[in-house]
Amino acid sequence: MPDQTFLDSTELVLNMGPQHPSTHGVLRVVLKLDGEKVLGADCVIGYLHRGVEKIGENRTYQQFAPYVDRMDYCAAVSNGLGYCLAVEKLLNAEAPPRAQAVRVVLTELNRVASHLIWLGTHALDIGAITPLFYVMREREEILNIFEKYCGARLTTHAFRIGGLQYETYDGLEADVKAACDHVLPKIDEYERLLTGNRIWVGRLTNVGVLNAADCKQYGVTGPMLRAAGVKWDLRKAQPYSGYQQYDFEIPTGTHGDTFDRYLVRMEEMRQSVRIIRQAVERIPEGPIMAKIPKVIKPPVGEAYVSIEAPKGELGYFIVSDGSAQPYRLRVRPPSFVNLQALDQMTRGALVADVVAIIGTLDIVLGEVDR
Amino acid sequence: MPEDDKPEVKPGQAAPPAAAKPPAAKPAPKPPAVMAVSPWEGELPALLKQRFGDQVPEFSTYLGQNFLVAKPEAIVPILELLRFEADFEYLVDVTAVDYPQRAERFDLVYVLYSFGRNQHIRVKTQIADGYKPATATRVHRGANWLEREVFDMFGIEFAGHPDMRRILLPEDWEGYPLRKDKSILACDNKWIEEHLGIEGGQ
Repeated sequence: MPDQTFLDSTELVLNMGPQHPSTHGVLRVVLKLDGEKVLGADCVIGYLHRGVEKIGENRTYQQFAPYVDRMDYCAAVSNGLGYCLAVEKLLNAEAPPRAQAVRVVLTELNRVASHLIWLGTHALDIGAITPLFYVMREREEILNIFEKYCGARLTTHAFRIGGLQYETYDGLEADVKAACDHVLPKIDEYERLLTGNRIWVGRLTNVGVLNAADCKQYGVTGPMLRAAGVKWDLRKAQPYSGYQQYDFEIPTGTHGDTFDRYLVRMEEMRQSVRIIRQAVERIPEGPIMAKIPKVIKPPVGEAYVSIEAPKGELGYFIVSDGSAQPYRLRVRPPSFVNLQALDQMTRGALVADVVAIIGTLDIVLGEVDR
Repeated sequence: MPEDDKPEVKPGQAAPPAAAKPPAAKPAPKPPAVMAVSPWEGELPALLKQRFGDQVPEFSTYLGQNFLVAKPEAIVPILELLRFEADFEYLVDVTAVDYPQRAERFDLVYVLYSFGRNQHIRVKTQIADGYKPATATRVHRGANWLEREVFDMFGIEFAGHPDMRRILLPEDWEGYPLRKDKSILACDNKWIEEHLGIEGGQ
């Protein structure tokens, strides 16, 4: 933290976390305060570090796939999709159309589930307890589909390199449509609770402003970048898994404050439902796996593949030396990079706003620390 | 699964001569394979060639992804040029790859993205152990934590970095876990005994 922000006589150092309910896991923030005003925030992270990248170098390509679910555990399906796409890129293979459509359905369902968790916890941090119970009810519908499909609710390991782990079950389409019909009106219901609520608006407007130039400087992506007015989404910019076939909008904000980010994420859930409805209507018949060797040994080379995860750009950089294990496996986690902007966003804010800003970052510490 | 006796052979990958079954170590590996790259041509390589000449010896494409290899001291000027003149304003990632048998031990990899061109590129360099590359934080503020993570995991110190501390591991931890000579089971037993009061090691 630069020294010039300190006002030595009144400065107070306040430790927040790692065991603090509003830090969404084990995040420790050391705040420098001048009364109620924040002068700077220093993040202490690593409490959940498990060495995922080292584990990746010591497992075969297939063995590593379940580990990626444990990074961003609120969006395990997205993590798995990114990893499978990266290895497929190295193999120069592509999943068959049926697998791609099912991947889109499950990934978008997961995006809705991830955003629901964000909404519930963010509102809880700010003092609105009710939405948490509602979002859990809606998320349940989605997790039930995951459970029926692959047996797991949270760490799904739904995809395999080259396609899908399992064939879909009878009635998946009906379940997905029912879940969409259930969730969509509920999003309006949350908005009725929150969007016009004076306390909600007062607590979020002009809090934690991060404009487009700053977002790009810090590498901040995802809903945070879009709330600052940049219409950029990797699903549109570099479509993968057949996203180019579906109609959807990229919601953007104008101010880049916490309220805009709230609106962007709410609209993203609606757009995800829109994608799911299109994708589930036209899941083609056919195989669910591409022709992939039993022992995956990609040719010597390297590739960087990224997808639009619920939190931002999730990238995998894999170096292959031609053996059955990656020589180097780097994960570019959106939560880690986005968290870096916390210092700038909290400068000049009040202590109570720090809680709102951590909530709006939508971080998952499992992914920050890996 | 290794019993599969008709592995699909991909073009570009030589078929293993015989299905020899020693599980772990292959006694006589194939001649060292290299990345089958093709040259990367266009206005961007031309611009960089004109500005930096032989400081950027390689422009390549692999699997449709462009990358360049530059001399370590040219990295920050290249990032600067790419950001201010070629629209690569978003530093996606900084990472390293360890090749302990090489004299210039580490590959340092910068992934950049341009919103205008909708393109990712990689800027790579090779550095020896102990070499201190210049920090990119003056060009991209976001490089701060990414470089700290490279330092934490590989022990590559960035010269001029405003806050060169470990980020994920404790500050007094010994060793750099992502170096290839660190086994996956290796950890700082002394630190664990001292701070956690339990026996270290697995």
